[in-house]
Amino acid sequence: MNFIENKFFLIALTFVVYLASQLLQKRTGISFLNPILLTIIVLICILLGFGVDYESYADGGQYIEFWLKPAVVALGVPLYRQLESIRKQLLPILAAELAGCVIGTVSVVVVAKLLGATPDVVISLAPKSVTTPIAMEIASTLGGIPALTAAVVVCTGIFGGIAGFKMMKLSHVKSPIAQGLSMGTAAHAVGTSVAMENGYRYGAFSSLGLTLNGLFTALLTPFILSALGYTL
Amino acid sequence: MILQCAVLFSFLALGELVVWFTGIPIPSSIIGMLLLTAALKMKIVRVFWVDKVADFLLKNLGFFFVPAGVGLMNCLGLLSDQWLPIVGSCVISTFLVIAVTGWVHQYVRRAASSRRHELYRE
Repeated sequence: MNFIENKFFLIALTFVVYLASQLLQKRTGISFLNPILLTIIVLICILLGFGVDYESYADGGQYIEFWLKPAVVALGVPLYRQLESIRKQLLPILAAELAGCVIGTVSVVVVAKLLGATPDVVISLAPKSVTTPIAMEIASTLGGIPALTAAVVVCTGIFGGIAGFKMMKLSHVKSPIAQGLSMGTAAHAVGTSVAMENGYRYGAFSSLGLTLNGLFTALLTPFILSALGYTL
Repeated sequence: MILQCAVLFSFLALGELVVWFTGIPIPSSIIGMLLLTAALKMKIVRVFWVDKVADFLLKNLGFFFVPAGVGLMNCLGLLSDQWLPIVGSCVISTFLVIAVTGWVHQYVRRAASSRRHELYRE
């Protein structure tokens, strides 16, 4: 066994690369140099270069991924702090989430199909906007490829995080609550981490967006896919 | 820190318990989050019991996604075969979700508040 497959080494490597990426983004101020994206690319290059397979990396990586679940529970705190404004706007929020969920699932399925994706890939893409555990659950129960879903979900989150606020400017989504919701709906927890950097209120509504979209997507995806002609 | 982790992981465990009992296809973490919000609201749990660990985790949320993203290396073949539909659909769909979610929220909010104003006038 190669030393590079040592799990503590791989965990240390992940921290160091992420730290370097954060510093690089801070120095240059270029939002495209997202630390998550950069770390993923650098790590994949290193692993491929040294002939280490993903399973060996995941042996160390699982200890990092482990914290995803407690971190999602922690989103309950910002959610609690915004309960009053959520209660005041329950109808707009629910309407926006329902619309976002349906448009997200329908559009990704239709566009992927038009561009020639095979059915298993289309099903894997359908839950791309929701957080990894929900998305993988949906993909595996409906006959998609969970590994592809996990990767696509993370990439969608990074893309939404990088480009989201620019897209909102372009489409005149202006109110902070709408912006937070949009971010969480489109780009789940990765988008939420970007929203959190913009302000606590954005982060709270982003976490609300990711929760509601997660629930709606889990409930509606089977029906949307079969309505679009996919036998599950 | 022990109190903070005790509270946080208790709610995650509670979420796991709910999933185990009911078998609903919703992740335990989401259920744990909703239960934590409810417990904070009902003052069963005080915010200062859990805010430090929550802030720490949420500040570093992005980092925890790195391993799943590295999993991309297992789908490189599939990606190089079908990169156009995969990338194209995700980019277009993400833009639509951002725009439509924001528009609907702004529209319904405005409609609801103008109706309230009309009621006042009557």
